[in-house]
Amino acid sequence: MSGTTIAPERVEAPQKGWAGQSVPRKEDKRLLQGEGVFVDDIKRHGMGYIFFVRSPYAHAHITSIDVSKAEAVQGVYGTLTGEEVAALTDPFFQLSTPPGAYLKDYALAVGKVRYVGEAVVAVVAETRELARDASELVEVEYEPLAAVVDARRARDGDAPVLHDDSGSNLMWEGVYEWGDLDAAFAEADRVVKISELHFHRFNSTPLETDGALVEYNRGVEQWTIHTNNQFPGFAAIMMGPAMRCGLDKLRFVTQDIGGGFGNKITSHPQLVVCCLLARKLKRAVQWTEWRTDFHMSMSHGNERWFHDTEVAVKEDGTLLGFRTKALDDAGAWLRYEPLGGVIWAQVTPGMYKWRHIRLEFTQVATNKAPCSPNRGYSRMQHLWFTERVIDIVAHELRLDPVEVRKRNYVRTEDMPYETPNGCVYDSGDYAQMLDIALDLIDWNGVDARRAEAESRGKLLGIGIGSMLDSGTNNFGQSRMINPELQFSGNNEVATVKLDIFGEIVVTLGTTPQGQGHETTAAQIVADILQCSPDDVHVRAGHDSYWNSHAGFSGTYASQFAVTGLSAVKGATDMLAAEIKKLASAIFGGAPVEALELADGGVRIKDNPEAFLPFMACGAIINANNAGLPDDLGVTLNCRYVYRPPFQVPDVERKFGNLTLTYAAQIHAAVVEIDPETGHYEIVDYAAVDDCGKRINPQIVEGQVMGATAQAIGAAMHEVFEYDEEGNLLTPNFYDYHVPHALDMPPLRTGSIESPSPFTPLGTKGMGEGGGAGIHAVCAAIQDALRGHGDAIVYDSFNPYQRVWEMLQHPERTRALVEVSTT
Amino acid sequence: MANGAAAASSSRAITVTVNDTVYERDVEARKLLIHFIRDDLDLTGSHIGCDTGNCGACSVIVDGVLVKSCMLLAVQADGTAIETVEGLSESGELTPLQQAFSDHHALQCGYCTPGMLMSATALLRVNSDPSEEQIKKALQGNICRCTGYWNIFEAVKAAAGNGA
Repeated sequence: MSGTTIAPERVEAPQKGWAGQSVPRKEDKRLLQGEGVFVDDIKRHGMGYIFFVRSPYAHAHITSIDVSKAEAVQGVYGTLTGEEVAALTDPFFQLSTPPGAYLKDYALAVGKVRYVGEAVVAVVAETRELARDASELVEVEYEPLAAVVDARRARDGDAPVLHDDSGSNLMWEGVYEWGDLDAAFAEADRVVKISELHFHRFNSTPLETDGALVEYNRGVEQWTIHTNNQFPGFAAIMMGPAMRCGLDKLRFVTQDIGGGFGNKITSHPQLVVCCLLARKLKRAVQWTEWRTDFHMSMSHGNERWFHDTEVAVKEDGTLLGFRTKALDDAGAWLRYEPLGGVIWAQVTPGMYKWRHIRLEFTQVATNKAPCSPNRGYSRMQHLWFTERVIDIVAHELRLDPVEVRKRNYVRTEDMPYETPNGCVYDSGDYAQMLDIALDLIDWNGVDARRAEAESRGKLLGIGIGSMLDSGTNNFGQSRMINPELQFSGNNEVATVKLDIFGEIVVTLGTTPQGQGHETTAAQIVADILQCSPDDVHVRAGHDSYWNSHAGFSGTYASQFAVTGLSAVKGATDMLAAEIKKLASAIFGGAPVEALELADGGVRIKDNPEAFLPFMACGAIINANNAGLPDDLGVTLNCRYVYRPPFQVPDVERKFGNLTLTYAAQIHAAVVEIDPETGHYEIVDYAAVDDCGKRINPQIVEGQVMGATAQAIGAAMHEVFEYDEEGNLLTPNFYDYHVPHALDMPPLRTGSIESPSPFTPLGTKGMGEGGGAGIHAVCAAIQDALRGHGDAIVYDSFNPYQRVWEMLQHPERTRALVEVSTT
Repeated sequence: MANGAAAASSSRAITVTVNDTVYERDVEARKLLIHFIRDDLDLTGSHIGCDTGNCGACSVIVDGVLVKSCMLLAVQADGTAIETVEGLSESGELTPLQQAFSDHHALQCGYCTPGMLMSATALLRVNSDPSEEQIKKALQGNICRCTGYWNIFEAVKAAAGNGA
């Protein structure tokens, strides 16, 4: 029985149901007592510890590797080199069309290294310390090459080329255009031109780094991979073909995962190394990534430039359309890329009604760590751009950013709203959310506050940031990247059963990292089976042996409340029907319509004494089933696959519904800047969320808060900064400053609920809306600088030094913007 | 550079008391206390989130003093009494502080939580009624990437109010 207890003051009338209540989390007790099981907690007798030898160069030929001295050390179990990997595996399948398709990506560097920190050799030893020491005895000779670290230089004629197979550093490009741009610019009163904007490189740095414990069962040629990978379905389709094995040979097991935020999707190269070593060394091997290794090599968020932006706008601030050129820096390998080249299109117009949009997307390789999903993946970059555009337009045309937003919002009455590229915004009320956010930061009192701040020598600014948290991907969008890809739709699985003593056991295909899936799943089950969440046992984690997973199973991309909980609902509905069918047979043919579930069992509505507890149901089917009708068709073990209603998008027009739901967040930030130093503080902050029906409001608010904190960190402190030679300057938590307790501003949260008409529970996936905070901080800084040089905020990363520079040299940023009258 | 022989010769016997249990172990001189606690004693509640002493996931209390156990060698802990998250509750039930963390949703993935609890415990032992600023200062050495800290502040305040 679970340890969940319900605090009496929180319990509302039971007839309202468990869904919608802030039920305390089932996960908490074990995590609070140090009894969670994270991957580094798992041990096996005689296991070896893996340490990776990594490249000290951003770009170099590997001329020789000698592991003999390392292998000679007592206690070292063995090594693995790129040469062995190239012999034992095939390159990872590439999602891209040419030229990106030509990349030959292996689990270890083969012949060449392409970024500082790239794994070259793996060393396995009996202790962590010995593996690390022995790695220093591995002799790797390099022939250094020039590096390219600035995406803007990647296609210059003299730029060093990372991948000879692809011919240049161009990885993927595509043109997206909808509406009639010429007509929009002809209709415009003003055209605002912005020559360059930059979204910087960072990621969410989960506190637990990547890891795995891998065992190889030689008899059945199967690996068991205990890992914290958050998308085992994706890892499997990358690893199976590369390792020349069927996916059933790769058993993925997770339990507790110490944060993921998308950063734990692309650990498949390291997992392949673990698998090869477990087989080679005939022992279990364990890999826990060191913090510095994570920073140097794992899943940086996409860095993106926006060039030659032109915005068509009416005098009154009505936005007609824009065109821009997005240049995306993929880093050295395409590990999930170039999907970022289409994911942004889920939110093409942001929250606004402009219908004429052209975006030329180019992705290049650079000698930096590979980019992969990071919370808000690719949509955050694009929405930062659209929000920047709105605020720059308002700034230059001397319009109120609030009025411009309200004038251009997609309105509630327009929903469901089809965007210019065929996405459907399911529901929402952005104007109401904005009003709530503004109330929370006392927008009406802003003039007085500005004056008061100025009396203290401070510049006060207010900024708004919006984020559409598109959720439940239609994987058919991948075909806009590569029409040959055979992906579309989405799915998730749950099983629900009654066990022999009537225990309700739920299995999920998801891989939660703190989102409370055990709790919210139990709430849904309890409502259908008319019991308490305490009576529902939800297995912790994911195990591909449980047969409760499908191709897209995992926890990523804001979808659990739709895919996961809809699967739970589907399976539980099936179980409820089976319980009634069984009871009907036991009660001598009572019609199922006359039965109801209540009080931990099933009964006849008009005759409550005819009651069959779940325990009896489970016992009859599992252990006492002689004499039941031949055609009963009841197993009390129900598996349901939820499949959202998607069509394959139109690849030619790049048109279609790319995600099922659109949760939204609107943030408002108030900053105070010291003009002498550029130092600034967030003095007030509000985050307003709408994710449709909330199953557990406290968990939703927790997601909003956490994503907000990450956004504040990214806006002010966090950057993966490289020098010109490709050395990462922020490889640990000293140099890469994530927010600490003392960094947190006062926060107020608000919410509305606009249930999705497209999902079984009215829910929307959420958790990735925090990027709004980056936009809000940028807008607030720009607002504060108004009248003090009128600098334009052109970068998503604004440390104090940059603010100081904008104060000292506003003309440098003013040169980025031009307004013309048509 | 270490090799097997060097490692063996540099080990020494230590005695530590962890959560009231006495352990006598041979330990490599270079082994960090956190690795000793996690790998040798199999008390895996304390975690590791960085290589540099920044994150606080490994926070434990040694002879009454809050320390980051990655910043101490195991041999330095010889003769000490160590408290880890596993020892917070003797009954198996949640302590008022742990209960407050659950009530206020002060944890999500739970990875930083043991260290956070140890820091908060150390604070509440010396200050039963801390201000928000004092709470923030006490937790300054513990990184959380999930919650944004706000609910953690609330939980510690509530626990203090309950006499934790």
